[in-house]
Amino acid sequence: MTRIELTVDGAKVSDDVEPRLLLVQYLRERLGKTGTVIGCDTASCGACTVHLDGHSVKSCNVLAVQADGAEVTTVEGLATDGALHPVQEAFHEYHALQCGFCTPGMIMQAADLLAENPAPTEEQIRQGLEGNLCRCTGYHNIVRAVQHAAGTPGTTAAPAADGGAA
Amino acid sequence: MIPTAFDYARPTSVDEALRLLAQADDAKVLAGGQSLLPVLRMRLNAPDLVVDLGRIDSLRGIRDIGGGGAVAGGGGAIEIGAMTPYHEILASDEIRQELTLLHHAVAEVGDPQIRHRGTLGGSLAHADPAGDCGAVALALEAEMVIAGPSGERVVPAADFFQDLFTTAVGDDELLVAIRFPVHPGWGAGYQKFVRTAQQWPVVAVGACVHLADGKTISEARIGLTNMGPTPLRARAVEEALAGVTPTPEAVGAACAAAADGTSPPSDLNGDADYRRHLATVLARRAVLAAAGHPQ
Repeated sequence: MTRIELTVDGAKVSDDVEPRLLLVQYLRERLGKTGTVIGCDTASCGACTVHLDGHSVKSCNVLAVQADGAEVTTVEGLATDGALHPVQEAFHEYHALQCGFCTPGMIMQAADLLAENPAPTEEQIRQGLEGNLCRCTGYHNIVRAVQHAAGTPGTTAAPAADGGAA
Repeated sequence: MIPTAFDYARPTSVDEALRLLAQADDAKVLAGGQSLLPVLRMRLNAPDLVVDLGRIDSLRGIRDIGGGGAVAGGGGAIEIGAMTPYHEILASDEIRQELTLLHHAVAEVGDPQIRHRGTLGGSLAHADPAGDCGAVALALEAEMVIAGPSGERVVPAADFFQDLFTTAVGDDELLVAIRFPVHPGWGAGYQKFVRTAQQWPVVAVGACVHLADGKTISEARIGLTNMGPTPLRARAVEEALAGVTPTPEAVGAACAAAADGTSPPSDLNGDADYRRHLATVLARRAVLAAAGHPQ
């Protein structure tokens, strides 16, 4: 067992963990942070994306021991004082979800993208979300929501207009 | 899936890491973990000990070492610590300007989350034949700094990659830095063919080109990814491009030799003949982009 101490969504936590424990398991099974979901379990889909020291990572591809001393933010810690993060607000407003499974990871990656590039083009948004898969293929509204969160609404067609996946 | 149980050590110096490796029978070195963790989770490997380099600060960073490094040619050089994550390399203006090919290739690695964790040294030491940076290290004639029990040694990229997932780094050694001779004024093009976003390349080609008088190719260096068990140089193309005016026809003719001497794999992403064809097409596009005529 290895002792780890870290900050998760603003709260200090410490635990003895097996070195093989994945960060996503630690968040869900030890801390009850089930807002972060496990999708593919192969670092492909991005559903488990969280922020580690301010940068987005796939938490199924990080050991909990690697997060020792770090600051972790999950989708549950994104809102401040009860006010949704602008990306969360935009996902709600523009219905940027169908089944909702990819949503926590999409929101965390979109928040990371906007932190690095506050006014991305539609192309940059699509590139920035390339590590996040939506199994419903509902990319149009996700991109629209990120554009609105950035304050750069573009001309992305609504799903009904072309009926297709992004 | 979760990995099988292993012991875990996180040394804070290269010497401490080397001591741990010398004592262990079956250790794996953990850099950014973006290749190793999937391997451990799928239980393709089950080491007794994982040595995490994440706490060794001296292995991280981008340093201008001028002409004082061991790099051949005597020009300037940039040294990148093995544990430097891709996103830091991507953000470096110096690398974008003087090692443009590396900048382009790093931009194509995985996805943003992978680039936040993944490291250049980890990827090169892992030596996946489909990794983006091996062919680029070859084309830029990088040198690998390897630390071991008896000190450091420097191995040219051409001698570093030995076979599938096999490099010159011994069991009791660590790749600590990569030195790149700077290439100011060279054009660069990186072409990667994938079936889906964020996939490993089916084939990729990195090209850097120097133009005499801005018109004629004086020197070209071409690296091939996933055209054999190790990254490869397309020497026949490089020779054919010397002295060529980079029109699509002339470059296309020179790049017809891109698959010469290669032994590409056949798998679900394409058979060997398909990859040989891809290499010629991607080489043409990469060279034209490097020469300032992207198609």
